[in-house]
Amino acid sequence: MDGTTHRPAPVRDGLGVGLAVGLSGLAFGAAAVTAGLSVPQACVLSLLTFTGASQFALTGAVGAGGDPIAAVAGALLLGGRNTLYGLRLADLLQVRGPRRLLAAHGVIDETTAVALAQPDRESARTGFLVTFASLYIAWNLTTLAGAYGTAFLGDPGAFGLDVVGPAAFLAILWPRLSASRELRALAAGGAAMALCATPFLPPGVPVLLAAAAVLPVLLRR
Amino acid sequence: MTLWWAIAALCAGCYALKLAGLAAPQRVLDHPVVRRFAELVPVALLAALIAVQTFTEAGEAHFDPARTAGLAAAVVALLLRAPFLVVLFGAAAVTALARLLLG
Repeated sequence: MDGTTHRPAPVRDGLGVGLAVGLSGLAFGAAAVTAGLSVPQACVLSLLTFTGASQFALTGAVGAGGDPIAAVAGALLLGGRNTLYGLRLADLLQVRGPRRLLAAHGVIDETTAVALAQPDRESARTGFLVTFASLYIAWNLTTLAGAYGTAFLGDPGAFGLDVVGPAAFLAILWPRLSASRELRALAAGGAAMALCATPFLPPGVPVLLAAAAVLPVLLRR
Repeated sequence: MTLWWAIAALCAGCYALKLAGLAAPQRVLDHPVVRRFAELVPVALLAALIAVQTFTEAGEAHFDPARTAGLAAAVVALLLRAPFLVVLFGAAAVTALARLLLG
């Protein structure tokens, strides 16, 4: 982007996370086509939405026969956490003008995690940029491969691809869970609420409802 | 065509949400409740996603032994501090193997 110093740690962190997580585009491509989306539809979602959880939420809802408006609303509410990430990153990245328009597309779980893990602002910016670039390229290429491949594979479930989404979310969440007992309780509460609500609410909504689990934690102090 | 409209709406909406955070005024950033909320909400949502994607099927609670075994493999890999990619491949491999064995 500009004259950022390329120190080894943020570059290594960024590439590691970007390439590893980017590969799960394979699972998204497979899930999208399995849910009834076309290959171009899967690719447009990865290119322009570029936020895995929302993409998975949309295809999940479409695949489960959910109403498109409800499916979009659910996926958007999930994308709302990127707004909160942006709030934290704005101060760290200090981007203005057209550069901000580009940087905004990269505000997701992984880029935020890498940027916030860096010791100083310069490393944070490098980490954000490297994660964004490597993840964007890998995610889009593997979405294409996964979507095309699924047509030939037949049943993606036979390759265990359906577990990649939850396993990726778990890996993202893990450092926070292992660091805090309070967050473990919150995660358990959110998971339980979503599971209990699933039979009664349209696809996508139970996950949103789980956000209410933060209220008791917020109010506690 | 309806699906394309849904996709267009999601693309535009998700981008707007990302930009809104980066463009928010400083005083919002400094609010402790906003910071706390930003830290907590993803934990609840991601945990809910894990639960729903693992233990439900077509809007019903559903126990899939193979998928559960895959997620358990992910937990073991994470406890052993395995790299991200190993966690994902391990989970998929265990799920695929379990499906093969369980039929």
